[in-house]
Amino acid sequence: MDQLLLNPGFPLLSAMVFLPLVGSFILLPVKSDEQCRIVSLAATGLVALLSIALVIGFDNSTAAFQFGESYRWIPSLDINYTVGVDGISILLVVMTALIMPFCVLASWSYIKKRVKPFMICLLIMETAMIGVFVALDFVLFYILWEAMLIPMYLIIAIWGGPRKVYASIKFFLYTLAGSILLLVAIIWLAWQNDFSFYIPDMMWQPYALSAQILIFLAFFLAFAIKVPMFPFHTWLPAAHVEAPTAGSVILASILLKMGTYGFLRFALPIVPDATFYLMPYVLWLSIAGIIYGGLTALAQQDMKKLIAYSSVGHMGFVTLGIFILNKQGIEGAILQMVNHGITTGALFLCVGMIYERTHSRDLHVSSGVGQYMPVFVTFLAFFSLSSFGFPGTNSFVGEFLILAGTFEFDLTLALAAIPGAVLAAAYMLRMLQKVIWGGANNPDQSYLTDLNTREIVTLAPFLLFVLWIGLGPKPFLAMIDVSVVELLADLAAHKSEMLAATLVH
Amino acid sequence: MDANTITSPVLLVALLIPLIGAIGVMIKGYNENLREAISCVASLFLLASVGWLIRPVLGGKILVLDLFTIVDGVSVTLRADAMSMIFALVASSLWTIAVFYSMGYMRGLREHAQTRFNACFAIAIFGAIGVAFSDNLFTMYLFYEIVSVCTYPLVAHHQDKEGYDGGRKYLVYLTFTAKAFLLPAMILIYVLTGSLDFATNIASGIIPADTGKGLVIMLYVFCLFGFAKNGIMPFHHWLPGAMVAPTPVSALLHAVAVVKVGVFCTTRVMLYVFGIDLMADLNLGVPTAYFVGFTIIAASIIALSKDNLKARLAYSTVSQLSYIIMGVALLTPAAIQGGLIHIVNHAFAKITLFFCAGAIYVAAHRKDISDMEGLGKVMPFTFGAFAVASLSMIGAPPVAGFVTKWNLLVGSVEAHQIGIVLILLASTLLNAAYFAPITLRAFFGKRPASAGVSGIKEAPLSMLIPILIACTISVIIGIYPGFMMQFVTAVIGGMQ
Repeated sequence: MDQLLLNPGFPLLSAMVFLPLVGSFILLPVKSDEQCRIVSLAATGLVALLSIALVIGFDNSTAAFQFGESYRWIPSLDINYTVGVDGISILLVVMTALIMPFCVLASWSYIKKRVKPFMICLLIMETAMIGVFVALDFVLFYILWEAMLIPMYLIIAIWGGPRKVYASIKFFLYTLAGSILLLVAIIWLAWQNDFSFYIPDMMWQPYALSAQILIFLAFFLAFAIKVPMFPFHTWLPAAHVEAPTAGSVILASILLKMGTYGFLRFALPIVPDATFYLMPYVLWLSIAGIIYGGLTALAQQDMKKLIAYSSVGHMGFVTLGIFILNKQGIEGAILQMVNHGITTGALFLCVGMIYERTHSRDLHVSSGVGQYMPVFVTFLAFFSLSSFGFPGTNSFVGEFLILAGTFEFDLTLALAAIPGAVLAAAYMLRMLQKVIWGGANNPDQSYLTDLNTREIVTLAPFLLFVLWIGLGPKPFLAMIDVSVVELLADLAAHKSEMLAATLVH
Repeated sequence: MDANTITSPVLLVALLIPLIGAIGVMIKGYNENLREAISCVASLFLLASVGWLIRPVLGGKILVLDLFTIVDGVSVTLRADAMSMIFALVASSLWTIAVFYSMGYMRGLREHAQTRFNACFAIAIFGAIGVAFSDNLFTMYLFYEIVSVCTYPLVAHHQDKEGYDGGRKYLVYLTFTAKAFLLPAMILIYVLTGSLDFATNIASGIIPADTGKGLVIMLYVFCLFGFAKNGIMPFHHWLPGAMVAPTPVSALLHAVAVVKVGVFCTTRVMLYVFGIDLMADLNLGVPTAYFVGFTIIAASIIALSKDNLKARLAYSTVSQLSYIIMGVALLTPAAIQGGLIHIVNHAFAKITLFFCAGAIYVAAHRKDISDMEGLGKVMPFTFGAFAVASLSMIGAPPVAGFVTKWNLLVGSVEAHQIGIVLILLASTLLNAAYFAPITLRAFFGKRPASAGVSGIKEAPLSMLIPILIACTISVIIGIYPGFMMQFVTAVIGGMQ
């Protein structure tokens, strides 16, 4: 099953993957902090431009991997450098590339100490993240997957808040624990396929159900921790709260998507029978996450924690959409991954901007800033509304598709998810009310200054996408449509094949 | 799309005028006179552009305008038909009157944050016009939620504990019901039909014939409670709570824009999503009528017990809104006519009553009915208008409310529901019992020595004139109901 369309011209994907790495080397001899910032912005900005070229060149009509590149890497083990994008990964790659320049901008004045190492960490992160989304060789994938851990660990552990050591170690241990079994699964799968690490080779193979379930569980542990699914989420609030703004944005917008992307790319096509078998458990776990995340977010005083727990709920919707295994569900889930990246990323940027002024993330300290920061609260209002799926914003479209798919799948399951939507409105409006209005006796906020131009420039593009996807999601859905249809067709074909096989026996 | 459907950009113009007005108000907020001039001009333009639509709609045309497509079958599309015109005309004409009134009120009391107030006011009208002109459930939901969110600052306007408590209750009730009931109902309807567009007549609805009975009933109940702005008990508590708002807000939003958005959505969905055929088949109508009948009676009884004038008016609103839903739920032509025309009749009468309450507060700083003894002698115009509007609420000729009561009574007799007739009669008595004493005490009550009325005179003209205009219109549409009835007749056109 060779589905890689090689790209004869400019190696776009490799350029996107390695440009940030090159940028980090350029940073090494740079002395002044200001120049470090400019070089990083230039590198990430260039990758963002390349991602636009990727969108323009992307062919909506095929489910094959496009912009493919394949080079021999370790011939003796048949490990190759193979990359490509399809409808499932394209939006995530583009989102990653577009968000990174804003992470640099958000760190412009936030990071004052050790600017150079921070920027190097950011750039290495970008290489690893884009690499994970485009890798088609399992070893390449795994190396990049692990490579993300170290710079992220450093970002939290060096530039983080008061409990940074606890948070960073917890983050590191959780994600590492998850990925060890992933490695075992990869080796077993390669062994089954004549030691080929090429991911499409491993898909749709007739592995025994018992083996599939074990592989699924290995995948599940790795990906569910990343998502994070309830009850594997406890590293997330700690990491979010302690990380600097850019770290929180990367965590929320991109790293969490690695888990759900993993489910779509690996769990569904490689172990489809186990997916069918374990689907109900994953679905109800998603519902549990949706409700738990919402309830916990409602009780938070710390804005970053509130948004972190809201992520648990939102990502519950995404896993729900993936595992109902129908078109609306999966398309909604992919769109919702992007939406969550945009909206939650923007919310963390907003909290960062407040933190730079009040040096606190506490809702009490920040209550009633609306009077002195009207521009800021306007942005915050749009992002908060988007977060709980206000009609006309991006998240509504994703949530609508996921819930429509769920209603088609099972009425009870869908009705069980509805309290999550109610809770989302409750905790977001609570936060919004506190920040804009507060109560009858707010702390004195008159020293606050409203957003400066750099900050407005940082937030405006997020708002553009919130409304664009909210009111005209068709071009975005068109990019993922063919791949999702193909994935579902393959799933259905595989299911009937297996059914036929069991009947013969 | 049939020959009667034409695309019209005027719909977008009408929709955007209040929004542009709001932006103008925000930009020019530092200049009081200019800011209010913008509000006035915007309201007049809105009235003119809605008025422009009267002729084509009465000519049997349906005007539509596609704006955005979210996914196939779900779009932001505007539509002006007879039903939307009923609400759009009410909202736009009363905005014009209310703008002038609130100028006098807010300046008279030297209220703070008047820019925010005016801007949110205009955005609320933008939402109301959007609801009136929505062509499908999604568009309606979008504007419904916009109204919920942008009226919060109006309710919490005073920014004291009372204001915040009222505001919280307001948002909790409205967003909870919208998310918990409306959202699943909307998505389920989409899953069942593949589209959220309203039907073009009130008979057929859009629910497929083979849908399970239990599912349809669930959807129907979700829609009934999902639009909690309609004030049906038990989700009505937000309305009395929202009375902490300045009186122009209570007047326009809680007698017209917000609550009428609720009943308009409810009746629109009953008629154009479920359709009267399906409602009759599943026998949904009559139980609904009795269910809201409880709200009518219970809210009236609570109103009797309230001494605060605005609280009494609020419970009166809760009660009167259910007339509209009851009329439509009876599913007979006369009852539907009576229900829909009550959107208009109640709006003009109730805004007059709230305006009077505001005028009394500005002129005399009194909120409680027991303090108003003898005030009628120094404020004859205000209390005169109050008396006329009360008559409309009670349903006495020649004021507009009579047209409603007449049609509702005919309709319930046609539907052979004697129980409903009794509810209507009982509520009329209750209406009289809680409205008549206010006027009587104001004109003929013996004032206690402690609360003299010396030095109190009528509120400023900028408040008094809108009161008299609204009151006069209430009488005119009572004597000549024909103009607004044309639209109502056009809505039920298919039935006769």
